Amino acid sequence: MTKRFALGIFEDEDVLLHAVENVREAGVKIYEVFTPFPIHGMDDALGIERSRLPIAAFFYGVIGLSFALWLQIYTLGFDWPMIIGGKPHIALPAFIPVSFELTVFFCCHGMVITFYTISKLYPRWKTPVLDVRSTDDKFVVAIELNDKTDLNHLTQLLRANGASEVNEKEMTKF
Amino acid sequence: MQHVSPVREPLVTGGKTYHDVTQDVCRQVEAAPNIRWMAALAVALFFLGVFFYSVYRTLWYGIGEWGLNKTVGWAWDITNFVWWVGIGHAGTLISAVLLLFRQKWRTSINRAAEAMTIFAVICAAMFPVLHMGRPWLAYWVFPLQNTFGSLWVNFNSPLLWDVFAISTYFTVSLVFWYTGLVPDFATIRDRAKGPIAKVAYSLLSMGWKGSAKHWSRYETVSLILAGVSTPLVLSVHTIVSMDFATSVVPGWHTTIFPPYFVAGAIFSGFAMVLTLMLITRVVFKLEDYITLEHIALMNKIMMVTGSIVGVAYITEFFIAWYSGVEFEQYAFINRATGPYWWAYWSMMTCNVISPQLVWFRRIRYSIPATFVLSIIVNIGMWFERFVIIVTSLHRDYLPSSWAMFSPSIIDIGIYVGTLGLFFTLFLLFAKFFPVINMAEVKSVLKYTVDNGPTYTGHDPNHATPQTATHGVPASAPVNYDKHD
Repeated sequence: MTKRFALGIFEDEDVLLHAVENVREAGVKIYEVFTPFPIHGMDDALGIERSRLPIAAFFYGVIGLSFALWLQIYTLGFDWPMIIGGKPHIALPAFIPVSFELTVFFCCHGMVITFYTISKLYPRWKTPVLDVRSTDDKFVVAIELNDKTDLNHLTQLLRANGASEVNEKEMTKF
Repeated sequence: MQHVSPVREPLVTGGKTYHDVTQDVCRQVEAAPNIRWMAALAVALFFLGVFFYSVYRTLWYGIGEWGLNKTVGWAWDITNFVWWVGIGHAGTLISAVLLLFRQKWRTSINRAAEAMTIFAVICAAMFPVLHMGRPWLAYWVFPLQNTFGSLWVNFNSPLLWDVFAISTYFTVSLVFWYTGLVPDFATIRDRAKGPIAKVAYSLLSMGWKGSAKHWSRYETVSLILAGVSTPLVLSVHTIVSMDFATSVVPGWHTTIFPPYFVAGAIFSGFAMVLTLMLITRVVFKLEDYITLEHIALMNKIMMVTGSIVGVAYITEFFIAWYSGVEFEQYAFINRATGPYWWAYWSMMTCNVISPQLVWFRRIRYSIPATFVLSIIVNIGMWFERFVIIVTSLHRDYLPSSWAMFSPSIIDIGIYVGTLGLFFTLFLLFAKFFPVINMAEVKSVLKYTVDNGPTYTGHDPNHATPQTATHGVPASAPVNYDKHD
């Protein structure tokens, strides 16, 4: 499916931040903003909701902790009970290190896998990029175009807000 | 808009623009390898060969190839293991703890430091696995039911805690490092000329485009990873120290071990980071990114942790006397005056006296002095582990079993071999991966001081970059650490 985009190229992140706010206020829907590094305040300017990854991470941690406790209590307490060093079968203080490590293990890996999955990041042969300079030193605001969009008006709006250039680009796979 | 500090040194010097950062960091990835890199790699590969030969001898003929005896059943293997794990810690400290503390100077060094962590942990892992004697059965350390019935691993053993700690630490550091690399791989991918590089970096960058939503999640993920890595890194060396502390061997059975080992780990880790960074900045011409200020700050951390280690040595001695346990007292007197006195006093000189030189500003900011110091500290920390392990083991409760330890050629071969393994991996990393975290350095580029050329970005009304401004502009927030 072919999509058409108007790309406003910015040189400075502070200019970009105000531009994004102004463009959104003018009622234009921003498709995506591409930047070479994270810009603080961009979430608010774009209206991106706070990520729920921390909540997910917490639950992954809880799963890890439960698994670790179950594993140790079941194996040493019930499946093959042995007295080791005079300790009771279920020696909870001795189980703390492994429980902690597995909590961290599940939390980190669960969260990172979730991050890659929801962001649709996976190894691929070719990556279509709207403007290759957006990973170097340019800040790109992409606005999807349809038949009704007034491109001239859009260009003017972006220019007035500090875009150094405004390009049009078609993408077949994006 | 730049953020001007009248007090602090700029984090990146040389008035770099965003594009300059990309250029400078990508240069060594894109250029053909230079002769110095090839020479260094050749040396590293030679030692890697030594490693493989020594491992082959160990596996073919058994642990008898090592200098171990019935009294000293753990010597260089565990010494090297603890030393390497300790070295690894600085990487996580820089990337996690300094991120939580909002120390923006970490951005120039965190990538290489994390790489160092990963490679150091790989080297460390070699020793317990080889010490098993039958490494092909290494999976027995995992809680898997065996074929005879439901016999499980012993979760009460600190050695098993080590298994969980090290594997968690390694994998978490690896994903932390890799996730940080993804945006920079995308930068290299978008600049790549050759088809192989395009495909390779496209695969590595996982289709990263730098969209705002991805960055937002990326920052969340980094922060949480840092938050959980911080206690993780402390737990790892604490657990390593428990390998000793939960035993009853005089000189090992001490509650001071966890904090003392963690401080020692940071100490040796920062020494190794300094060694590597001083070489890297010269070889890849990154003096503007890894500035003297960075080196001085790392030196300060080294000095603080070195002093903690010094206090720990003295405390150990005091407690041995104060406890009234004659075996403890003997163990410590034997360390200082017994047959291994030279190892003890090397440790004391390298670890307690040498970092105190960092109090002098001229030494803190001197590259040759820092380089020498960092190597001395690494030697000292190796001796520390050797002293703890061998001097405690070689004379314990039973005088009839007292013995001395001397390493075999294979012991030495495996140790210098892991150095070869470490440097081979590090050199390959430095050639094919961006050594400096471009995305994060770009985000701190605007923090600067009020005198000197600064990057002011492009003014939207004029297409040309502005020149440096002197004096604090009225519009700019002063003092960068109040910003953010």
